[in-house]
Amino acid sequence: MDDDERERLRLRLVRSFCGGVPHNRALGIEIVDVTRAEAVFRLPYDPKLVGNPDSGVLHGGAITALLDGTSGAAVFAALIELVPIATLDLRIDYLRPAEAGHAVTARATCYKMTRNVAFTRAVAYHDDPAAPIAHSVGTFMVSTKPGGARP
Amino acid sequence: MTLIARLEEARRAGDHQAFVDAVPYARFLGLTAAEVGGELVTTMRYADHLVGNPALPALHGGTLGALLESAAIFELLWRAETIVLPKTITLTVDYLRSGAPVDTHARGVVTRHGRRVTNVRMEAWQADRAAPIAMAHAIFLVMRG
Repeated sequence: MDDDERERLRLRLVRSFCGGVPHNRALGIEIVDVTRAEAVFRLPYDPKLVGNPDSGVLHGGAITALLDGTSGAAVFAALIELVPIATLDLRIDYLRPAEAGHAVTARATCYKMTRNVAFTRAVAYHDDPAAPIAHSVGTFMVSTKPGGARP
Repeated sequence: MTLIARLEEARRAGDHQAFVDAVPYARFLGLTAAEVGGELVTTMRYADHLVGNPALPALHGGTLGALLESAAIFELLWRAETIVLPKTITLTVDYLRSGAPVDTHARGVVTRHGRRVTNVRMEAWQADRAAPIAMAHAIFLVMRG
């Protein structure tokens, strides 16, 4: 098995792991894409996730869960092998309200990986990443198992 | 009836659950609210659909973020009697311990109630109040319109 094949298998494993996360399934999250150090998830519009029934706008919490999950997947996608990770912190800036009736997509990047800590940024948007609904930065603790993370 | 009118009615009646149930997403998370020892405590009842890591198992970090944000909003609407729906500007969560598959409680404390923005600190805990599993702070826009 060459490196490319190993990488493809690893990313497929990340996809299937994230797709099986119970809360992701409960939210109806679709795993759109997982590439090296990057993940794209899509949250279809669902009335049960609404924060304000007057406007039909999704609750910020659903966007938080989407960004947290996508960011975690980006960290997994940056690891050489799948080891446990834990969110240390996550900051979310809500830039504008989501629009009722529209799916929200999140794209996350693990932009820095160290032995112990992974750093992520992510953006949530409807159709155009240049018109974001929310932006987040996060840090994740990576398993201390030796050799688990890229140096 | 508008959401804010439903919230005001529930507050007048002292009906915490009607207040929480007015928000569909709060029902999805299984939130309840109650005044405990002079504090408004929001509880997320454990359910399997809240799990993020089935191997441990541990709650999904997003559910804790959502619980903390909700606790802050309920504190603003119920106790600080904000008459507009607060809009979250920014939310920062520190995850301190993994969330066990049990009920999780949260409360928010208003640190500054301004004319345009309000700052709130939040904490979430499970069995041991003295060992919070997450801490957070958030800034809300509380202007009309």
